[in-house]
This record gives sequence, C-alpha cells and structure tokens, in this order.
Amino acid sequence: MTEVTRTLVVWCADWPVVAAGVPLDVPAAVFHANRVVACSPAARHEGVERHQRRRDAQSRCPDLVVLEHDPAAEARAFAPVPAALEALTPRIEITHPGACAFPTRGPSRYHGGDEALAARAAALVAEALAGRGPVQVGVADGPFAAALAARRRAPATPVPAGRAVGPRSAAPTAGAPRSAAPPVAVVPPGGSPAFLAPLTVRVLAEQGGPAGPELVDVLERLGIRTLGDLAALPVAEVVGRFGAEGRIAHRLARGLDERPPVTAPPPAELTLAAEIDPPAERVEAVAFVARGLADDLHTRLAAAGSACTRLLVGAESEHGETHERVWRTEGTFTPLAIADRVRWQLDGWLQAGAHRPTGGLTRLWLAPDEIVPAGGRQLAFSAGGPGAVDAVEAGDRAARALARVQGLLGVEAVRVPEWRGGRAPGERVALVPVAADDVTEPRPAARPEWVRGPWPGLVPDPAPAAVHDPPLPAEVLDAAGRPVRVSGRGEISAAPATVVVAGDGCGPGTRAAVVAWAGPWPCDERWWDVEAHRRRARLQVTTPGGVAHLLAVEAGRWSVEATYD
Amino acid sequence: MFDHGGVARAEELVGDAGPPGDRLAGRPATAGAVTGAGGAAAAAVDAAVGALAERVRPTDLARDRTLPVLPAFDDLLPATGLRRGTIAAVGARPGVTGATSLALALAAGASQAGSWVAAVGLGSLGLVAAAELGVSFERLVMIADPGRGRTGWASVVAALVDGFDVVLVAAGGGGAGGRGRIGPADARRLVARVRERGAVLVAVGGDLPGQRSPLRLTVTSSAWEGLGDGWGHLQGRRVTVEAGGRGEASRGRRAELWLPGPDGTVVAVEPLAEPIPLRRRSEGAVGGP
Repeated sequence: MTEVTRTLVVWCADWPVVAAGVPLDVPAAVFHANRVVACSPAARHEGVERHQRRRDAQSRCPDLVVLEHDPAAEARAFAPVPAALEALTPRIEITHPGACAFPTRGPSRYHGGDEALAARAAALVAEALAGRGPVQVGVADGPFAAALAARRRAPATPVPAGRAVGPRSAAPTAGAPRSAAPPVAVVPPGGSPAFLAPLTVRVLAEQGGPAGPELVDVLERLGIRTLGDLAALPVAEVVGRFGAEGRIAHRLARGLDERPPVTAPPPAELTLAAEIDPPAERVEAVAFVARGLADDLHTRLAAAGSACTRLLVGAESEHGETHERVWRTEGTFTPLAIADRVRWQLDGWLQAGAHRPTGGLTRLWLAPDEIVPAGGRQLAFSAGGPGAVDAVEAGDRAARALARVQGLLGVEAVRVPEWRGGRAPGERVALVPVAADDVTEPRPAARPEWVRGPWPGLVPDPAPAAVHDPPLPAEVLDAAGRPVRVSGRGEISAAPATVVVAGDGCGPGTRAAVVAWAGPWPCDERWWDVEAHRRRARLQVTTPGGVAHLLAVEAGRWSVEATYD
Repeated sequence: MFDHGGVARAEELVGDAGPPGDRLAGRPATAGAVTGAGGAAAAAVDAAVGALAERVRPTDLARDRTLPVLPAFDDLLPATGLRRGTIAAVGARPGVTGATSLALALAAGASQAGSWVAAVGLGSLGLVAAAELGVSFERLVMIADPGRGRTGWASVVAALVDGFDVVLVAAGGGGAGGRGRIGPADARRLVARVRERGAVLVAVGGDLPGQRSPLRLTVTSSAWEGLGDGWGHLQGRRVTVEAGGRGEASRGRRAELWLPGPDGTVVAVEPLAEPIPLRRRSEGAVGGP
C-alpha cells in the first residue's frame, strides 16, 4: 500500500523517570505545574497516575520521590539511543525524548525481516541504556499504529521488595534482572486495521496525540468507543461533523498515515543555515542563533502556506565534525519547539562521551524534511472584525511572559482578579496568585452565590477607580468646623463642608471644600462575630475640580477609602 | 484555507448588485417607486454581504497594526484604534482626576476583542471599576510592584511586553510617588522593545521619564453628576479629554466623554441642542417667535 510507510517505533517507558536516574522499582513521579507527567511502575502500583495533582499523588504514596520536569535533561539523556540505532539506518526520527522511529523498508530487507530487525533494535537500545529502563519496540504500518504496538505490552512490573501485595507476594528483589528478550510487537503488513480495531478511542488523545480530549469525549458520548467503530463510519460523515481533526482521526483509525506520504522533497531554498563566528563552545550561544533561524524558517513556510512536521537539524564544528538529527512532531513545529530541539540535540552532542566535537561549533542548519499545507486556524465569524486576536495564541504568549515574570519576581507577584462578595470597594474583587500555566484556564468565582447575592448597604455603581489600601486618614468637618458624626442609626450629624486628607508620604495633606455629597450608607457587618464585627458608614463627596471621594467612618474616625479617579 | 476566490467573488457580487455610483452615493433622488423598493432590498443585501466580506477578508499572519478601542475614542485617536508598538501616556491636569479611568477605558476596547492586559505596580487600581469600564477579568493580570531597583522594573515590563498586547504601568516607573524611577536609558530600551513587539504601553499618570510619548491623552476637566446636597449618588462623569503627541497625533484633538456615563458605559457626549431663548415681546404678543 503506497499510502502507508511501515515504521518501527522504539519506546522507552517512563522515560522522564529513567532520565532522572531513579531506578524503576522506587516509587517516583515527575511533576510539571503540580501535575504528574510520568511515574515509575512502582508508583503506578500505589495508585499514582498521570495528570494527578501532587497532593493526590503524595497521599496515595507517601514516600514518593518527587522530581521536577526537565525536558532538556531528558533529551540529553536520550541522545545515546538514536546514536545506537544509527547502526541500523541513518534516518532516525525523534518524536520526543523517550521515543524514536524510523521507516523499515530498507533496513528490514537488509536484516532479514521485521522481527529480526525489531529484535536487533531492541538489543541495541537495551545495550545503550545499560539496563536503566525498559525498552519496547513496535513495528506496524504507519507511525501511529507502530507507536501503539510499542506501548501496548507493558513489561512485568517489578514490585519492590517488602511490599507484599496479594497473590503476587513472591516479589522479585530490587534490581532483579528483567526477562532476557525485550518485548517486541510486530503487526503484519496490512494488519493495522485489525490491530487497531479493539483499541479505545482514548489513545487518540494520549501523549500529544493527534486529537484533543474534546473530540475523544464527544466520540465516547456518541457511542463510538473503539477505533474499529470509528473506522467503520463513512469518512464523509466524520469530516462533515468533526472537520479536519476528524479526518485525521479517521485515517489513523483505519491504519493509514495521517496524510499521504509526501514524495517530493521540499525545495532546497527552504534550508536555512547560519555561520557562527567565533566558534561557539556553549550551547546558549548556538541556541540564540537557532531561535533566529527557527523564526525565519517559520515565517518563510507560513508565507508559502506550509508548515513543517519533520525537520533535520545539523551542526558542524570547526574541525569538520557534523551531527545531524531528524526531529518529528505531532502537528507542526513552532519556532519555540524548533529552538528547544536544537538545544536538546546540541546538549546531547556536546556532552556525549565518545563523539563530542573537538572544537567549537561554526555552522548550524535547519532543513525541513516534510512540509504540509498549513491548516491554519480560522477565527470564528462571531469573533471576527479588525484587530481580533487568536485566543489560543494570545493566551500562550501571555502564559510564557508570566512564567518569565514569575521567574524574576516569584510566584506571588502575578495575580488575577476574582469576584468575591463584599461592600467595601476593595472587598468585592480579590487578587489571587496564579501559576503561569493556569492563567488560561477558566477561573470561576470561588463562591458564586456570594457574588450574586444582594448586598444591602452597597454603594451604587459606578465603582471608584483608585482604591486606597490602607485607607487614607481624613477629617470631615461641617460648616462650623466640628467633626461630622454618623449615629448608630445612620443619621449624620451635620452636612459636611470640608474634607482634610492627611498626607500619605507621597504628598502633603489637602484641604478641600465639599461641593456636593450624598449618604450615609451605613453597614453593620458580621454582627454575630465578635472579632470580625465592623460598623461603618460611607459618604460620597465631590470637591472642586470634579474630584470625588468615597469616605468611610468607623468608630468616629474618617478615612478616604477610594477616589473616583 | 481561505477561499480567496470565493471572497473575491463575493466582493464582486456586492459591486454587481448595482452600478457603483448608485451604491456609493445612495439612492438617486429620481428613483421611481418600484425601483426604489427593489433598490432598498438590494442595498440591504449589499450591506450585509459587504459586512460579511469584510469580516472574512483574510488577515495576514502578522497581527493587525492597530488594537481596537471603544467607539468613544474614535474622535480622539488619529488612527482607527491604538497603533501597535507605541506608548500612550494618560494623565490629567493638576487638580483633576480621571486618568486611571481613562487608561482603563483605553485598554477596554482591546480587552474585549481578546487581547491580554497586564498592569504593573498599580496597586491601588479599582478592579470593580475596571470590570465596569469593560476590561475582561479573564484576560487581566496584575503584577505586583517590582520594588526597588531600576533593573527589576525594566526587565519585568520588558518580559510582559513580549507576551501581552496592552501593558499598563505607573508613570513614575514603579513604586508610589516616584520611588524607583527608571533612567532614560532604560526607558529608551523599553520603547524600542515595545515597538518591536507590537504591544501598547500605557503609562498612567504621565510620560515615562525622559520620553515624550507619541500619544498623550490628558483629562482637562471632569464633572460628576448625580450628587445633590445630601441626596442622590454619583451617576456619571463628563470629562474633556485632549489628545496630543508626536506625528499624526500632534494635531491636538479634544472630545467630551462620559467616563462613565449614567448607564455605565464610556461614550462620547451627545451635544444637546441649544435651547432657543424665549424673547419678551411687547405686551400684546404672548411669548413665541
């Protein structure tokens, strides 16, 4: 079938944990933004799963080793694996640290069949990893099916000694040797549809898969639970209902490639190279150049209406040593992703023991290997109009900027407003610290019924634009110069005539005549709570010049709570 | 992918519905009853298709060059919106307030269109007022005062300019009362960064030190309405705003706005008709012209 490339996928399970150097029979989990990204089999045994919050995970397994997510270190640690596989074929593609793939047509014929090739690949990788982690290999038509084949059979879970669990109490001790032959799964040519049919549609959304969780959710609710069900639907209906995403999911469910393989290589003028002079010894300098090249490449491709899904990154040292790698991604490459991968690759190369370059790096090039028409993101009609912003992209940009600000100032420095209930202008909205990654998530109010409820005694809208916290001490005098008082029943003793605001360190005190005033708005809050009981009354006053203040009196002392700036 | 051909055809269709002069100049005065009725229906279709074609028009992948603003600002700003990559200084005459509300209203247009807004060092910002003026809470982030040290403030604002379309800062350069002012060199670098990223920096209360902002909005007078002598409540404020600056904004403009109006929105003040004064006639006549 010319529509499918037969692919071999090597998958190292739980790679983030392995890359951190933690043995897999110790319960450990890697966290990113407070959620589990990967966990060791021992932790899975205790009930830790991906996407759990840190507290949940730690409550299920108290002696969980907590590791931080470090994609650069994972990529660096993964570098020996494609280096080992290069003995089989030069066209290794790295999908993400922990998985790599290559088409099997040539190497399979050379090594005498798919099974033999897969066994050889598994042996090579196991040797490169030196037993630090399990290796699984899958061969099938198409990278999606091959990845699923590689992931499907989990190796025997090594249960740590001393944790007897039911009938499997005869547990191997820590560090027991694994089974002699690493697991290999080969799906015969043309057998992909049959292999994929019983799998659930959830695999489409895993691990940066082609479909999003919303699509999977809708499919499940429609009763389409397996890939076989999805493949049985007519493609026109699926596309009509779900669009481009549905077309890709349907093709994958049928065992075809996401898109027909592109036979013509991309034009040579899309290859961008940069000379680095003086030769760079450190990765940061090259990463900076790579960022510029990546932006340039992205702009050129976008101008041609294309995007890149497979990219060759190459570097050359001043003594002529070169190092090339092919990177593939789900979806298309963004400039940031390209820059990240360049950094990972060079980290791996510059720190590899045997093959490190003997001099600095002088040249860097990016060559797109496979380009596809860019689907683009069409703005919804209702959100159109001049200046309309792509919400997802704007949110991502904002989250990245906030991550940097949090790095500079700390997590507490970034706050978002949240509606609360209250009467004082500063109490109706509270500022809540937020993690940069969560800033794009919807943030419903913590207690919406408090916000919606009526608040008698609330000063009517409009709200003041400058809220003084703490309130500025002030004096309110009537026409005779006596302080104005508000009785417990909310009756004001005399009309205010002068407001004297004390200086607050940024300016001298001011004395202003009252042009107009209204109030008082008394409020007696939390009378049932001895400590939190507050009795206040508020006045609105305007002074000459159109300046308006919100004054509050509590226990006979006046203050300027807010200015209508 | 956009169907460029289809959009082009749609636009041509709009033109084909009638001779261009007819569509542009409005109904000719001599149109008969029958043609007038058909022409009115065709004009409505033209308008609808034209509006749709305008919205479907493919935008280039680089973002548009201006940020939208509330309609009240149409008379004040030289372009149709806030030009990206500029600094706007929003201030008030001494003794007059309203700068903060004006800055929020300026950001509200972009916020409602989906842009993200960040506010640095504006610890006393009234958030309820921000919500009422139109700034969306889903896309508003408040950054604490970076504190002492010029480098802290400048690097924080530079990081925010990368990711946010509108950044509100206190004009003194961080800190209340001008503590921690940034130097002119930092300000120049910040201006260059803002221009490169295509963001809009709104300095609330004045210019950045050492810079003359390309766009300067000043509240020259404000008057609150709704308070009496012990009754009523603040309902609306009429402000007079003057726009000046460099370049295309150098020709000063002024406008009267409700900030906010009695219904809570920011709109231009509708000029009321001048009442015709009654003139006293001689004894025989009774009022009237």
